[in-house]
Amino acid sequence: MGGGSDAAPRRSRHHDAVSTSTVLVILGTFLASAVEMVEALTIVLGVGIVRGWRSTLIGVGAALIVLAALVAALGPALSVVPIETLRLIVGALLLAFGLQWLRKAILRSSGYTPLHDEDAAFRRHREEAAKAGRDERAGLDWYSFTVAFKGVLLEGLEVVFIVISFGSAQNKIGLAAAGAAAAFVLVVGAGVLARGPLEQVPENTIKYAVGLLLTSFGCFWGAEGAGVDWPGDELSLLGVIAFIGASSFMLVRVLRRRRVAPAPVEAPA
Amino acid sequence: MKYIRSFALFWWNFIVGDDWRVAAGLAVALGLTYLLTHEGVNAWWLLPVAIVLLLAGSLWRETRRAS
Repeated sequence: MGGGSDAAPRRSRHHDAVSTSTVLVILGTFLASAVEMVEALTIVLGVGIVRGWRSTLIGVGAALIVLAALVAALGPALSVVPIETLRLIVGALLLAFGLQWLRKAILRSSGYTPLHDEDAAFRRHREEAAKAGRDERAGLDWYSFTVAFKGVLLEGLEVVFIVISFGSAQNKIGLAAAGAAAAFVLVVGAGVLARGPLEQVPENTIKYAVGLLLTSFGCFWGAEGAGVDWPGDELSLLGVIAFIGASSFMLVRVLRRRRVAPAPVEAPA
Repeated sequence: MKYIRSFALFWWNFIVGDDWRVAAGLAVALGLTYLLTHEGVNAWWLLPVAIVLLLAGSLWRETRRAS
């Protein structure tokens, strides 16, 4: 009897925890995908508006085919890896990847690196597209094709990496993909309506949140894959997010105080 | 050879990024966590602490260069 009364709260807590992690997986993939897609959209718009849409859109399509092939190849391949091993590998990769995002976000927030300016990036892409010479290959404007292809492929690779790592470690690839798909619909829809770069999107804040989520998920899964039994089960993920979040905010405050003079540098792409 | 080099460089930048010491520190922290848990110590606290220390160290190096 006693076991039964112990089991009920355990089930309830686990159910709550599963809901929490599900929400965080969708939120993480949605936000990460949205910022990458905003950057890809800026590149595509910058080239397409100046040089025409046919070759640009063929470049986008070719990149999407390569990305879809990657997902189709990697998704089933990962399903044969034992979940503990998968979480250790995915956790380690997410940690390394997420800490890069968080580090850059802290440097931006503390003023050591300039904030990313989507409008400035758009103007730069337009200028470069206007200056580039005409090179016809396979009936395509080769500049438009290659810039759109590379832009979408490189930004898309990060989306694929996040969707596959989040989805496979939590055994929720469908939900992770749904988060990315929602971001795609929203960003492309907003881009078509605005007919310009989405400079109103609070990209730097979103990147901070994504860096925090990637690092926290990487920490949680990496430790679990190494054999750790988290106190509070999956609810401790919220504790990890709170701890790393609070520490990173403290780092921002310390760096802001330490900064002597901001360096006025041109924002990177 | 040039393509293999570019391919390797791309993945190095993608995964490791600007500060290889962070990636190396993470590998050590994960290895220690694995060893401790398999010795019977539930070292759930190790990785979060290591992450914050590695992040602080990397930022300190970067901002010292920039100052």
